[in-house]
Amino acid sequence: MKLGLLFSGGKDSTYAAYLAKKKKHKINCLISIHSENKDSYMFHTPSIKQTKVQSNVMDIPLIIIKTKGIKEIELKDLEKAIKIAKEKYKIQGIVTGAVASVYQAARIQKICDKLELECFNPLWQKDQIELLEELIKAKFNIIITGVAAYPLNEKWLGRKIDTNFIKDVKNLKEKYKINPAGEGGEFESFVINCPLFKRKLKIIDKKITGEKNNWKMDLKVE
Amino acid sequence: MILIISTCNEKLHELEFVKPIENIIKNNKLKYKSVNYKKLLKNEIDKADKIIITGTSLKDNDFIYKNNIKKFEFIKYFNKPILGICAGMHLIGLVYQGKLENIKQIGPIDIEFTDNFLGIEKNSKHQVYSLHGLCIDFTKINVFNVLSYVSCPQAIKHNSKEIYGVLFHPEVKNKKIIEYFLKFL
Repeated sequence: MKLGLLFSGGKDSTYAAYLAKKKKHKINCLISIHSENKDSYMFHTPSIKQTKVQSNVMDIPLIIIKTKGIKEIELKDLEKAIKIAKEKYKIQGIVTGAVASVYQAARIQKICDKLELECFNPLWQKDQIELLEELIKAKFNIIITGVAAYPLNEKWLGRKIDTNFIKDVKNLKEKYKINPAGEGGEFESFVINCPLFKRKLKIIDKKITGEKNNWKMDLKVE
Repeated sequence: MILIISTCNEKLHELEFVKPIENIIKNNKLKYKSVNYKKLLKNEIDKADKIIITGTSLKDNDFIYKNNIKKFEFIKYFNKPILGICAGMHLIGLVYQGKLENIKQIGPIDIEFTDNFLGIEKNSKHQVYSLHGLCIDFTKINVFNVLSYVSCPQAIKHNSKEIYGVLFHPEVKNKKIIEYFLKFL
């Protein structure tokens, strides 16, 4: 089936594309929503502007739609983007990296239903430690680009998701109830390399901002 | 052994509709086997202690075609517990000659149970996750009791057999319903 991927550049949406390809589907286009609202319920990732570079190394066209990120209005912008994908790239369905957010999943399901598209959520309800382990096994090179929960701090920015990372987040889960894969918004991530990329991305610049337990790292990659 | 019967036409959908149920069974340290209904064998049904029939995506209605419904005739003769989820509940209704109607519900809804149901107490209210475009009016099938109704039957039970159905997705919200089915029936 020809599919469009709701793409943030992070681990979940990229891994969802990887699973879709493994099941013999074709990702015809990537759809990225750039929200001006850093607290958007639907779309958030510090390095989303770099999705263009990721689309180049995946050799998949990218549709970018800007949104002010006002609740519910941003859904209209998402619908507009999916509609463009359907018309331009003849997609028959959408793939998302939704894991646990009923809010996000239900809204995307409604848009797909309205546009008569299939909706695939291959990470839905997935155990978060299992997800991190699968990413390592599948040779995904992912770094942390944002944190937003106590006791996380700027030292977590740039950390690679590896076995040590899993060990640390398991401890945080036990002590502070932090979601290990960041499903509650605790972590943002960025994929530097994975089996879908033709080559590894190179970080050429980074800008770190934040305070207390809320930090982000804007990347520039090539 | 718990037999999970997938109603998904696309393998990719099984990660969404089958895998979460497998995880609940694994977490409860029980044995299970998953099989797609198109490849279902009679001996797999015979070996099962309980059967869960899964849901599938909104657009996937392959399971309702007549030749596919025939594969679920075992529901009438299997004398052990069965739980049908969404499409699985439709299939229970279809083998008992129920008629499908187009009623769509997507996202969380609040429902109330009029009697005890798989560990849920009578008169209790719960938020459930809905994802369906079809339903069957089980109030018209006299061997079933409807235990929750919002726009259409949300939870049903056969009046003499251990056949249960939920229109919503307990693998998303209300995992305890599945755990009760696994542990206490």
